[in-house]
Amino acid sequence: MPLQHKTGSRRFVLASAGLLMAVVAIYAAYRLFTPPAPEIDVAYNTVSRDGIYQVMFETEAQPIPLNETHDWVVTITTPDGTPVTDASLSIDGGMPAHGHGLPTEPQMAENLGDGQYRVEGLRFNMGGHWEIRIGISADPGLDEAVFNLDL
Amino acid sequence: MRTARGHAAIGALCGFLALSACDSGALSEDERAKIASLSIDALGPLPPSPGNRYADDPQAADFGRLLFFDEGLSGTGNISCATCHVPDQQFQDARPRGLGADETDRRTMPLAGAAWNIWQFWDGRRDSLWAQALTPLEDQREHAGNRAAYARYVAETYADTYSEIFGALPDISEIPENASPFGSETERAQWSAMELEEQEPVNRVFANIGKAIEAFERTLIPTETRFDRFARAIAAGKEPTGDAAFSDLELEGLRLFIGKANCLECHNGPRFTDDHFHNTGVPPVAGLPEDLGRAVGIAAVQADPFNCLGRYSDAGPDACDALRFMKRDAAAMERAYKTPSLRGVAGRPPYMHAGQIATLEAVIDHYSSAPAAASGQSEIRGVVFTDRGRQALIAFLNTLDATPASDP
Repeated sequence: MPLQHKTGSRRFVLASAGLLMAVVAIYAAYRLFTPPAPEIDVAYNTVSRDGIYQVMFETEAQPIPLNETHDWVVTITTPDGTPVTDASLSIDGGMPAHGHGLPTEPQMAENLGDGQYRVEGLRFNMGGHWEIRIGISADPGLDEAVFNLDL
Repeated sequence: MRTARGHAAIGALCGFLALSACDSGALSEDERAKIASLSIDALGPLPPSPGNRYADDPQAADFGRLLFFDEGLSGTGNISCATCHVPDQQFQDARPRGLGADETDRRTMPLAGAAWNIWQFWDGRRDSLWAQALTPLEDQREHAGNRAAYARYVAETYADTYSEIFGALPDISEIPENASPFGSETERAQWSAMELEEQEPVNRVFANIGKAIEAFERTLIPTETRFDRFARAIAAGKEPTGDAAFSDLELEGLRLFIGKANCLECHNGPRFTDDHFHNTGVPPVAGLPEDLGRAVGIAAVQADPFNCLGRYSDAGPDACDALRFMKRDAAAMERAYKTPSLRGVAGRPPYMHAGQIATLEAVIDHYSSAPAAASGQSEIRGVVFTDRGRQALIAFLNTLDATPASDP
């Protein structure tokens, strides 16, 4: 009996070790053969392409809704934090993986002061990776901020 | 050592089997969330119709029901809205293309839930149900009538009802018998000859016909399906029972729908539509005039005097979000058509904007082969289906038919 018991637990340990090795091997193979996820910056606060502006946005509804036309408030400062109060914004974007643009034409609706601007008419009609490009024209210069959204 | 290796091999096999099992196991958190997002329980309240202050007036809805079934609202005297929007067929006509006074170029759409639509018609050339309802009335292949005759008809037939809802009927006794900007040559000439102040009351009465019909159509709401009962149980973290329980095939189809088959990209939300327009490479019908879909609908809705921003609309300009933020890039919308709801889809072949595809099986073939568009760019990326996968997808789509709950 004791001998049998010992053999049984040894088998169990071996089988467990085998299982563990297999899982590790499969995971390693999975990591090896799966391309790494693209590095996408999904922060809602970013620096414009040429570094002229610090740009962030807040949405009227959180999380960003699907199939609902809603507003954003975009805040623009210079890199040292000074509000940019005289900007005009243009909004564009789309789904790079699907090759299509936005389903609407969002517009800058109101300069709220203090470097804040209301943008109206944003709408996302499917889940997935969206890119929003905000063109900024103000005294410091022309620049564009790009946001990646994962809906 | 040999035994150890043997055990490791068995272990590896077990590990492999365990991973495979993930495929058919319990629904993931993500799958549950997607299922709940499609449920009728996720359908919000009836959205307002800002352009129509009578939209939720029950008396207007009763009047609209009368008008909807009234064959007097046609040039030929034998066509009503219900001729193509047949009530016991999901308010559609099961034909490839609608047949009024003559055959049209497009498939008749069902009406349940149409009040949630942002755009009406396959090309979105109208932005409300009331503006939509007016269009077939003057189409020579549909009701084949004209607005002057309709205004007169309402004044003669429904004067009391009309004035109770909309106020006193304007005096239209002096207007021509038949006149319209879209009718026959004579009707168009008669219309052009009218002064603006003569046209105005005719347009007003005509618009109110549409507003009453919209009030009726807003009562046609989507009904609960087996899928909704399944989704309700899933959302509540319960095991679906009775007819809410899905077969293995239906569940497999649902998983394809919300997963690998990419259906959810356009057919999302509780109405299974994203309210947008897509070129899916559906071939044109030989012999029909060129149909560029939304590319033409964009200008048409802007030009419509009965749109949300027009003088017959009851909305302030701020309420007209759809028009204000409309995507105006016609080139990007070539041969793009509105995503139809899939509720009740299995019960209403044929499919696509001109009834090009006869069966759901053939629809799946279309999405699988993803043919290039005749013009514009198709958004479809081909999906490879197994035979079982096709059957599963169709089995799932059948659960979207409106059925009352059966007793378990």
